[in-house]
Amino acid sequence: MSTFVDEKPTQNLELFKGVKKVPHEEYYTSGHRTCQGCESAQIMKLMAKAAGPRTIVLGSTGCMYVANTSYYATPWGVPWMHTQLGSSGSSALGAAAAFRVQMRKGFMKDEPINVIAFCGDGGGADMGLGAISATMCHPDYNLLILMYDNESYANTDIQISGTSPYGVNTSFSTPGKVKRIMNHRWKKNMAPLIMAGHPTVKYVGTISTSYPLQAMNNVRKALSIGGPTFIHCLNPCPKGWDFDPVLSFELGELAVNTGIWPLYEIENGKLKLYGKTEQIANGRFKRLPVRDYLLKQGRFAHFIDDDIDYFQSKIDEMWNKWLVPGIIPLQKEVETE
Amino acid sequence: MPTLTIPVEEKEIKKPLEQEALITGAEAIAIACKLANVDVVTAYPIRPYDTVMQYISQLVADGEMDCEYIVAEGEHSQFEIVKHASACGARVFCGSSGVGWMYAMEALTVTPALRIPMIAMVGNRALDDPGAFGVEHNDALAVRDLGWMLTWVDSAQEALDTALIAYRVAEDHRMFVPLAISCDGAFLTHSQALVQIPSQEQVNKFLPRYNRGDLLLHPDNVISVAPQANEDWVTEIRRQNYAVTEIACDVIREVYADFEKTFGRKYGNPFFEEYMTEDAEVVLLGMGTISTPVRVAIRKMREEGKKVGFVRLRWFRPFAGPEIAKCLERFKAIGVIDRDFSFGSPNLSGVVATEVRSAMYTGSKTRPPVIGFIGGLGGREITVPDVEKTAEIVFDAAKGNAQPLTQWIGLRG
Repeated sequence: MSTFVDEKPTQNLELFKGVKKVPHEEYYTSGHRTCQGCESAQIMKLMAKAAGPRTIVLGSTGCMYVANTSYYATPWGVPWMHTQLGSSGSSALGAAAAFRVQMRKGFMKDEPINVIAFCGDGGGADMGLGAISATMCHPDYNLLILMYDNESYANTDIQISGTSPYGVNTSFSTPGKVKRIMNHRWKKNMAPLIMAGHPTVKYVGTISTSYPLQAMNNVRKALSIGGPTFIHCLNPCPKGWDFDPVLSFELGELAVNTGIWPLYEIENGKLKLYGKTEQIANGRFKRLPVRDYLLKQGRFAHFIDDDIDYFQSKIDEMWNKWLVPGIIPLQKEVETE
Repeated sequence: MPTLTIPVEEKEIKKPLEQEALITGAEAIAIACKLANVDVVTAYPIRPYDTVMQYISQLVADGEMDCEYIVAEGEHSQFEIVKHASACGARVFCGSSGVGWMYAMEALTVTPALRIPMIAMVGNRALDDPGAFGVEHNDALAVRDLGWMLTWVDSAQEALDTALIAYRVAEDHRMFVPLAISCDGAFLTHSQALVQIPSQEQVNKFLPRYNRGDLLLHPDNVISVAPQANEDWVTEIRRQNYAVTEIACDVIREVYADFEKTFGRKYGNPFFEEYMTEDAEVVLLGMGTISTPVRVAIRKMREEGKKVGFVRLRWFRPFAGPEIAKCLERFKAIGVIDRDFSFGSPNLSGVVATEVRSAMYTGSKTRPPVIGFIGGLGGREITVPDVEKTAEIVFDAAKGNAQPLTQWIGLRG
């Protein structure tokens, strides 16, 4: 028996080599009640399809619970269990530990089982952050925590969370006669937080439902690489963000093209930008102004030019001043003239 | 420290493979987990339960126990981890004390409804504030309405035996609810006594493998567990946990009978233990390690000709109401000693007194006075003189004299 980290060999889920090669089987299908244009439901579908049938899913409370899996219906074609709002980290760990020990003791067939726990931004970036962090430190267990980020506590009728954008209008950050901006917080940088804070994690990535093939392939990578892994997905939300559902896909693209939502993965410690983000970083694509993105959403309708300029300045800072543009917000000390 | 002269039955050790060891209550439970071949254990430090996790750590490191031993970052996660491990088929063990148990409360709440047969050790500890370490029962009692089974043990032997019984009871397909074994903090968790440790062969005979059946979360069994429900289904879901409580006492009786057959140790009535009650005029009633000073005091009072006995409640949930009422109805007065508080309750009494009165209201042919005593909080010792004073008050009530229905033992100032 190894005296060091006790890793179990993983599987090799081959990447889908194109949209036409994606299997037709759905493991997340009808049986949910999510809104028209819900991108969070979309990533559930893509995640389940990417993982396949040898999977169990732990679903923490949120839109993807209440709007999703209501007795007598379920959309899940894989085993699924509810878990508490702050328990995506702990539930994944418990499931992975149970399978591991039962396989070792010979009570269960020894085979790779995908353990995926999903959380919303409320459950993941706020309440459940401690549990996720603890789980990320356990190299012995193979699991994926997928955070679907609609930038609010959406299920409780839209309230700010740790990943809500600066100044956003939600029911807990209502613009009013005296205060136009109630939320001063800048969006938490979740993927880099996980990456930098947990040096043994082999896979951390960001995805978007507007880039579904990469999203599915990143899930497959995370499920193959071994150890605990973390994926953060941005999910436009027609109800919470206040836009016509037909625009969901376009808004996902705009988030990336403005540089607001960078797409990257960190595999075995190596950072790789992908999609439009890669082109932004190497200067081949000029970031669209944030105004194009913000003003398509009713949740920013109260913004005045000053607010948009401030938002733009923060995104510019992200790309022009950060040590690792778009990702690590440290700034190098500038030598005096 | 005075040594107690307790009449000891000459017991022959039935099986040569049984060992005898001088161990604490916590270590006894750790050994039970090893014998039960527990699969997943989660630990988080808080006094005084956490020595059980220290013992388990050593057992795992020494290769004496094969389980996943995970140190969580907080009690909420600690209990969530084993909850899901159990849902995926693993036999689990967990535990906490005081506010640690309270920090896990959300996880504790959902476990019965999810039908998770988790076994937890509660090292009973006073709730903050103040941050006292000593024994109080309010931590474990906090889950009494939620569907947890709750039992109090008063010796390391009983702790070990009850842990084995607990797995059998909880994992019975008619039950599938969590069970907490309460060990008085310090007084039981940390005090040593001689314990007969059964052999692995005996335990294997007694304890079948945990089998979650078609509730198992596994890729071969495509189920959705705990979808959201509202006024359409919640009532019926709660009724399922209610159905468990209707047969819980029967299951417990069956398991204790089988325990006796397998291990040769007799517990008799599983729900409570009677001490010198045969011809008693009054009895005291309580849970946990107060049994030690109480029994000493009772023997002393008996020598003085006072006819007093003691009923030690083992199982708080299920609460064997009819049996308790039937036992108590013949006494002239009852004194319930609560090592807990229930501020604002009827008559301001503690939890156990309130429940005993409730059981007697419907189950007893007589109406003897039930005096509630609150004492021993925060680890304060209930001394032999304390018990004698308490009994005096109960005797006075038995004579028909008015006595306040709630009185505090040993209150200073």
